Amino acid sequence: MTVNAHSPITADAAIPASAEEDAIIRFEGVAKSFPARKNSAAVHALAGIDLAVPRSSIVGVIGRSGAGKSTLIRLVNGLEKPTAGRVIVDGTDVTRLDERTLRSVRRSIGMVFQHFNLLSSRTVFDNVALPLEIAGTDRRTIEQRVNPLLELVGLADKRGRYPAELSGGQKQRVGIARALATQPKVLLSDEATSALDPETTRSILDLLATINRELGLTILLITHEMAVIRAIAQRVAVLDAGRIVEQGDVFDLFTRPQHETTRSFLAAESGRELPAFVASQIRPEPVPGGQVVVRIVFRGPFATHPVLSQLARELGIDVNILGGAVDSIAGRPFGTLIVGLPNNGSSLDKALAFLKARDLDTEVLGHVA
Amino acid sequence: MSPEIARLILQATVDTLYMVLVATALGTLLGLPLGVFLATSRRGELFSAPWLNAVLGFIVNATRSTPFIILVVAIIPFTRLVAGTSIGTTAAIVPLTVAATPFIARLIEAAVREVDQGLIEAARAMGASPLQIVAKVLVPEALPGIVLGLTLAVVSLIGYSAIVGVVGGGGLGDLGIRYGYQRFMPEVMGAVVVVLIVLVQGVQSLGDRLALRLNKRLRHA
Repeated sequence: MTVNAHSPITADAAIPASAEEDAIIRFEGVAKSFPARKNSAAVHALAGIDLAVPRSSIVGVIGRSGAGKSTLIRLVNGLEKPTAGRVIVDGTDVTRLDERTLRSVRRSIGMVFQHFNLLSSRTVFDNVALPLEIAGTDRRTIEQRVNPLLELVGLADKRGRYPAELSGGQKQRVGIARALATQPKVLLSDEATSALDPETTRSILDLLATINRELGLTILLITHEMAVIRAIAQRVAVLDAGRIVEQGDVFDLFTRPQHETTRSFLAAESGRELPAFVASQIRPEPVPGGQVVVRIVFRGPFATHPVLSQLARELGIDVNILGGAVDSIAGRPFGTLIVGLPNNGSSLDKALAFLKARDLDTEVLGHVA
Repeated sequence: MSPEIARLILQATVDTLYMVLVATALGTLLGLPLGVFLATSRRGELFSAPWLNAVLGFIVNATRSTPFIILVVAIIPFTRLVAGTSIGTTAAIVPLTVAATPFIARLIEAAVREVDQGLIEAARAMGASPLQIVAKVLVPEALPGIVLGLTLAVVSLIGYSAIVGVVGGGGLGDLGIRYGYQRFMPEVMGAVVVVLIVLVQGVQSLGDRLALRLNKRLRHA
């Protein structure tokens, strides 16, 4: 049996490819509830999930613990079954497959885990070989397949070591090599960096991005860290209490967050955090003779334009810069400024209108003396 | 100690080892699948069969709670059916195996339950069948624990084997009772006890060493 053959598609599970978008994974109206038990009420883990993962992209799903992320990612390889809706992976509705067919589909979907889940009794080489052994691959092919993968993840010199002899980052590299062994079409990443320190997280994310770029492998990842999304994802969905509250392009979501949950995830991101001296004084009601604190988000080309000096020059309004940063996401520059504007009705309105006319997003955060 | 007595002790040691090792081998053959099944058949588990799990669990408990000497006597008809006789060293293997199987099953169940659930999930995600999960993940990962369990089983069976002397089972226990106790030969009793201590010590340290060698979790970079 070849391991990289296309998943068998049963006649009734075949779905015609969508013309408008080439999504390799598509959730359509997916819901998942866990029935009530003796000492717990029924849990509605997911509801009304619609999500498309374009081929060869990296899509992130962010949510707090208990938001339903783990359940969502496990629907893709059938480790969980939805109570409603369809999950279509490369044209096959995986929710309707019997266990046996599902097993061969799973061989075309790699998965990496937060806690690595390596077999302690197997060496690095044998851990990576395991999915191939399960698929019935012969020993020669296994050798030919595993060694280049160990090169790819930078562990060729560790092939005879046991997991207990490796660092966390090295273990996750083994996990990634193992997930790639059967040459999957999709890689699922279940909080792959959550157990790692920031530096190791960076190197693992770089590795995932490299794999995505060089192998064209689609990656669906779940995380609770915006930094992970920002580092490698192109699209993102925000999950809150089992529902997707916001989804779209990572750049748009970072620069124009719509939902409260998204904003709270972004709170600690560069430029969005209020400087401590402002945060300690800010209040919701106007302060006579004080200033209005406004966040201005510059997107794309405007990020480098001298808009504030124009504002001062053309309208004669004093702008007090309280904080900010210029950054880029996926190569697109954006800036965030937190400014104080004088609190008298007409000049504030004029200033906001001026900024709006230049397609800048503004948000009144509060007032300071 | 006369040469005859020495020869008797040697013969009894061989008999004891024969009974214990054969009973352990048979008990493992039966107890391994039973133990793995008990560890994987509760509701929602790999071979989810809660009813069968409960029934087998009850049988295992019932067998284990029957005192061994009563078990030996109670299953004499069964022993006769299997071994053709109810007397002698070979016949003694039958009750020893009947006692060893549920014991070994419970020890293997405990060792298999120690395996991280995440490994089962990872194997499922790779497309492994339940039997592949048992063969490639559960048993290899539980092996150090299984070896320690089997060591414990052998030590217990050495103790049980002394009891089968009561029904003419032969072995060290039988020798100790017949010569040491009934014929007032304390030196035979002493020798039997010494041999038993040496056997148990030997088995235990062999098992410990093997388990340690199999356990790859204790290595560090």
